[in-house]
Amino acid sequence: MPTWGCLGLQDSASPLMEQLTYFHDHTMFILILITTLVGYILINSTLNSLINRFLLENQEIEIIWTVLPAIILIFIAMPSLRLLYLLDETNNSSITIKTIGHQWYWSYEYSDFLDVEFDSFMAPYSIDSNLRLLDVDNRIPIPLNTQIRLIISAADVIHSWTIPSLGVKADAIPGRLNQVSFLVNRPGLFYGQCSEICGANHSFMPILIESISVDSFLNWVSSNP
Amino acid sequence: VCAVRQVALCQLVHTTAILFTMSSAIMASNAKLETAPFDPRFPNQNQTKYCYQSFVDYHRCQKIKGEDYEPCNYFKKVFSSICPNAWIENWNDQLESGIFPGKI
Repeated sequence: MPTWGCLGLQDSASPLMEQLTYFHDHTMFILILITTLVGYILINSTLNSLINRFLLENQEIEIIWTVLPAIILIFIAMPSLRLLYLLDETNNSSITIKTIGHQWYWSYEYSDFLDVEFDSFMAPYSIDSNLRLLDVDNRIPIPLNTQIRLIISAADVIHSWTIPSLGVKADAIPGRLNQVSFLVNRPGLFYGQCSEICGANHSFMPILIESISVDSFLNWVSSNP
Repeated sequence: VCAVRQVALCQLVHTTAILFTMSSAIMASNAKLETAPFDPRFPNQNQTKYCYQSFVDYHRCQKIKGEDYEPCNYFKKVFSSICPNAWIENWNDQLESGIFPGKI
């Protein structure tokens, strides 16, 4: 989860998010270089009192500053397309979890073997004991290093389910099942918030994933009928 | 079960207690996580048809092959995993009342 003054992406908890972060950093680096260069030239030209009365033609530099940006764009496009296709790969998931958005809470169903269902409401804020607007009463246990298929839908209006540190977001639409696939590669708590306006308490229906070892997960499932 | 204040510690104790009293039967049958497989007929994000088609195929399979035909349970496994329970209950009620809109 982000801490105060956090400007960038959250630390990734999934290999795909890690790749997205690297791509973001790579592109941002190029953008800052370009912006600095252009800004420097701009300021320099503005503050320069001299005028070149014979500025004409200059084919060489025209070629350079047409070809060089094209090459830079290729350096951006190649990782971008690689990542685009990587995100679209089909995965053989080991477990399916369903999440249904309601006004104003999420409900989760684990139906692969024993049918486990529970609701997840925002925990009321009490000073010094939880994170305001982010903590929930029932967390979503997720087994580590396991490909998860998440089926997202809604019961009333459109909501949106997201966990930024996993790079996952999909709308929860009534009458439709949206599938996202992810893998959590470190244990911990990962937070998200409803991302589609859904009424009065839209800001008060957070999502909290707790990734645990496969054994702990199996224990939890079998002890929660 | 666990009060808000000491959730982490309480859950740790709770989980450890369950670990020692676990019945091995459940452990063995769930040792390998398994779910509805990837179906190339539905490769994209919208899985609504996968859910509906599996439900309908299960009932058609039962109608054609009889209630005791074991392989029909593949479809049942799929739609139980993919379809929201509310949808399944609704469709089962409709089937019982004879108002299910699909062709079985």
